[in-house]
Amino acid sequence: MRKRFAGIDIGSRTIELVVVDDSGKIVISLQTDTGFDPMAAAKNLIHSVEYDRIMATGYGRNLFEISFDTLTVTEIKAHAIGARAFFPDVQAVLDIGGQDSKAISLFESGKVKKFEMNDRCAAGTGKFLEIMAKTLGFDIETFGREALLAENGLAISSMCTVFAESEVTSLIAKGKSRREIARGLHTSVIQRAAGMINRVSSVGDIVFTGGVAKNPCMRRFLAETLGRNVLVPEDPQLVGALGAALLAREIP
Amino acid sequence: MNMLQQIAEQNLLDIEQAKAAGRSVIGFYCLYSPTEMAVAADAVPLPLCGTRNTPIAAAEEILPRNLCPLIKSSFGFAITDTCPFFRFSDIIIGDTTCDGKKKMFELLSRYKSTHVLQLPQNQDPETALPLWRSEMDRYKTIIEEKTGIHISEERLRAAIQLMNRERGARKALMDLGKIDPAPLSGSQVLEILFKIGFMADKEKGISLMEEVVAQVKNGAFRSDAAAVGNGKRILLTGVPVGLGSDKVVKIIEQSGAVVVALENCSGYKQAFIIDEAKDPMDALAEQYLSTPCSVMSPNTGRFDLLKEMIREFSVDGVIDLTWQACHTYNIEAFRINELVQETLNIPTLHLETDYAESDTEQLRVRIQAYLEML
Repeated sequence: MRKRFAGIDIGSRTIELVVVDDSGKIVISLQTDTGFDPMAAAKNLIHSVEYDRIMATGYGRNLFEISFDTLTVTEIKAHAIGARAFFPDVQAVLDIGGQDSKAISLFESGKVKKFEMNDRCAAGTGKFLEIMAKTLGFDIETFGREALLAENGLAISSMCTVFAESEVTSLIAKGKSRREIARGLHTSVIQRAAGMINRVSSVGDIVFTGGVAKNPCMRRFLAETLGRNVLVPEDPQLVGALGAALLAREIP
Repeated sequence: MNMLQQIAEQNLLDIEQAKAAGRSVIGFYCLYSPTEMAVAADAVPLPLCGTRNTPIAAAEEILPRNLCPLIKSSFGFAITDTCPFFRFSDIIIGDTTCDGKKKMFELLSRYKSTHVLQLPQNQDPETALPLWRSEMDRYKTIIEEKTGIHISEERLRAAIQLMNRERGARKALMDLGKIDPAPLSGSQVLEILFKIGFMADKEKGISLMEEVVAQVKNGAFRSDAAAVGNGKRILLTGVPVGLGSDKVVKIIEQSGAVVVALENCSGYKQAFIIDEAKDPMDALAEQYLSTPCSVMSPNTGRFDLLKEMIREFSVDGVIDLTWQACHTYNIEAFRINELVQETLNIPTLHLETDYAESDTEQLRVRIQAYLEML
């Protein structure tokens, strides 16, 4: 039987598991909610598949390493490797996940050149968008599409989740359009993300990964703001787990 | 290392005895203030710069939250009366280094007699040095009045000799990091340097450091070396670090690298020697003013020191640490990155944090991703 290698990305909102064969092709990909017991959720996932070696990434990687005695890699390197598997020549990656966001630039060889991460709060992350969608009464799945239906965006100045929520509440109280507020929120998140990308990389295509890359408004605004091509893998949430699986495969 | 704990306990008794014998205790906050002046007046110099998170909440009742943790910690220790060294101090010597510190000293003077040295903003020999030299005269008078001891040239020369020996011993200890693999971890060196700083008896501190260096050169600590020796060699630059504010050093070393050099004022910036051939007051003014802290504009000395250390400690990476709200180090980080990354072609990582543990995991992922790059 051919050898199989797994990568598990334990994020704040979801856990992804990817299994590749010895040629690096994805044979299985699974996803589950992290919940309040990430190790139990991770255990359920890994017990449902067979593999020869596993590597963990994501914020839960160190706990996973202790619980299951496995190898680990940071999200930065895992995303770099995973993004190159989809787009072999790309030299910039933007990942916006549940609780953090990161911009990574790569050398031509694919090695990490430089990276930037958001601060310790959830400003400008998936969690921020999720709370704002809820405040506006939108479903997170359709939040981006609704925002794109507005002609103009209202300026939102707060990036802190708590302050932005009260800013949004006061705009609602003033009778402003929900869609225009939504559009403004997307713009402010993108401005922050664009600044992060610009600090590490100034030209070329960008691979956009993480749950937030599924949002069409974020994709369009990112491309427009930067004036650069934005590439999104078919399932942008799998990139970290794929990177970890490919790294597990490279180990002799 | 157990010995260090005993020495720390003995040291508190030593300070009490010194006070009982009529000697003064002088508290210092910054490397710019020459401790020689205290030593020359037979007083005990003690470093007071806050490195722990505990008193910060109390400090925030008076100081703004968005101030650097070092200033808040220093002030918090003072107002909560939880630092024995602050309590022992008869007078506090501060400097007009950054905006936060000089305004904090205004408030601190309500709790303890405080004298603030007017530190110039640059190191120009024509304009800044004469000002600083005149500050040295005022400073000398203050110490003489406080201690009742006339600081003769002879006393000052003897104090310079003693402190040169102490700095020499510190440098020899830190220079162990030049050995590859490093015989001591950065955490170990940091702990020794930190605890020795409080020692009332300078000779004890010097012989302790000399003892550690001799033991290492005789092959002791080798088992430790094997444990830390395989990792990447990291130079830590930026803000001062002490016990309680050393989380970044700990995370770096938990991640398999070793901090071989500290380019900060708790580390290698203290490795200078005062010229014993010159007039002692002139020599003190010149050498202390040349301390390459980011409060100076420009601060070219730091770039020279970094280049020299990167070469001599054969480092693999440079991590630049800034305390939150420390504008001068935070802004200078851009130029440090230019120098190290673009000129010397060594990747750098700039971290901005405070003393709280809440961002430990975020720091860990940055540090580990950085180490993966090396």
